[in-house]
Amino acid sequence: MSLMNDFSKGLVKENPVFRLVLGMCPTLAVTGLAINGLGMGLSTTAVLLSSNLVISVLRKAIPEKIRIPCFIIIIATFVTIVDMLLKAYQPALHSQLGIFVPLIVVNCIILGRAEAFASKYPVVNSMVDGLGMGLGFTLSLTLLGAVRELLGNGTIFSANIMGAGYQPFRIFSFPPGAFIALGLMMAGMNILAKKFKLE
Amino acid sequence: METKLVVSSSPHIRASQSIRSVMIDVLVALFPAALAGVIFFRWGGFLTIILGMLSAMVTEAIILRKKNIFGDGSAAVTGLLLALVLPPIVPWWLVVIGGAVAITIGKHVFGGIGNNIFNPALTARAILTLSWVGYMVHWVRPIDLATSATPLAGASTSFYNLFVGAIPGSLGETSAFALILGGGWLLYKGHIDWRIPGGYIGTVFVMGTLLKSSGNLAGMLSAGIFHVLAGGVMLGALFMATDMVTSPVTPRGKLIFGIGCGVMTMLIRLYGVFPEGVTFAILLMNAVTPLIDKLTMPRKYGEVTS
Repeated sequence: MSLMNDFSKGLVKENPVFRLVLGMCPTLAVTGLAINGLGMGLSTTAVLLSSNLVISVLRKAIPEKIRIPCFIIIIATFVTIVDMLLKAYQPALHSQLGIFVPLIVVNCIILGRAEAFASKYPVVNSMVDGLGMGLGFTLSLTLLGAVRELLGNGTIFSANIMGAGYQPFRIFSFPPGAFIALGLMMAGMNILAKKFKLE
Repeated sequence: METKLVVSSSPHIRASQSIRSVMIDVLVALFPAALAGVIFFRWGGFLTIILGMLSAMVTEAIILRKKNIFGDGSAAVTGLLLALVLPPIVPWWLVVIGGAVAITIGKHVFGGIGNNIFNPALTARAILTLSWVGYMVHWVRPIDLATSATPLAGASTSFYNLFVGAIPGSLGETSAFALILGGGWLLYKGHIDWRIPGGYIGTVFVMGTLLKSSGNLAGMLSAGIFHVLAGGVMLGALFMATDMVTSPVTPRGKLIFGIGCGVMTMLIRLYGVFPEGVTFAILLMNAVTPLIDKLTMPRKYGEVTS
């Protein structure tokens, strides 16, 4: 029950993007296309899962006073691995995501989960927490990317949805559209949360 | 007896003015400009105005869940202002989306009337320009509706045409004469303060005269007059920048606001990428309105600055 709760809270109730409003930088920057959102989300999930695992294992060995530098080193290690893997196996996606892959190091979701969860709870719980949070992040980014791609380009995952005559609502492909779409989706999430009493 | 003796807390002085009465005055003031737009740009202009107003009013009625679509009239004003800053020949769906965007993203996401940071009509115009730039810079000549460049983009024209409005441009911005007529009515009724349009138009004139103009004094002055009459300065200065919600409330603040709008407009026109900068100039100044108000807040009598 507790494990299930650790997993599911990241998906909806404590969704990092829509409920905790963490990790806004990649959320706004790389969600022009659904595929970019998915790629970014999965990369972050991989880092989050691994860093939560290692930090949880080492939680008694890491001195309290220098815990943040220790977390950062562990996180940076995994980010470098993911960066290199992406560059080797998904070069197209890697060039699309650009600087935002190395910037996963400073994504506040990862440091936040390390500080708030992995450094206090056993290994299995921490991994489940990392997986849930990561998938919640992935889900949000993919959803936002899909909405922006659909409005701004008429497609989702490059599949044409709106038909050939569609005149794209271009602003949703640009940064201002990211803010507008995110704000409206967050408002929608708040309405749903009130309706289903998630508070 | 009860109706005559009302016991209440302050304010005790009541005015007959309401949002609705002010908005109706603004609609009346915009009528000459709208009429000029219909005369110059024919059915296309008429349909754009009707669709813009209807779309804004219906969106407002849906959001507020009210049956009366005129309501307090503010949505009608927003819709009309939006139609007046659109090019005369635009697809119908663009006008409808514009009206809906103005009311939702321009106004109601901030909490409705009185709470919006940016002018709703200009917000919608900026969003439409960024989305469908091809339609939003499609200018036509009046009457014969042939595609043409605007005077700001280099088309030559006479001062008479600039003043009357027989030039390519947005639906309601071309006729300086009609706009001055409407703006004068609003000034007379006391709904707008001379400081905003005065500061705005004055700055545009001074900067147009002094910067990047050439030749003798007469040539320089005519460059200044050109910048005042061409494009959206008149419409922006008289009707957009003076929006009560999004402009400063203090007299000094209003002057600063007007001058700031003028400076931004001229910087974009003379040194920027776009030929016209009224929309973005006013939106930028809207963003700093709270700061201007804070800066120019009158001091209480006897208050000591620390």
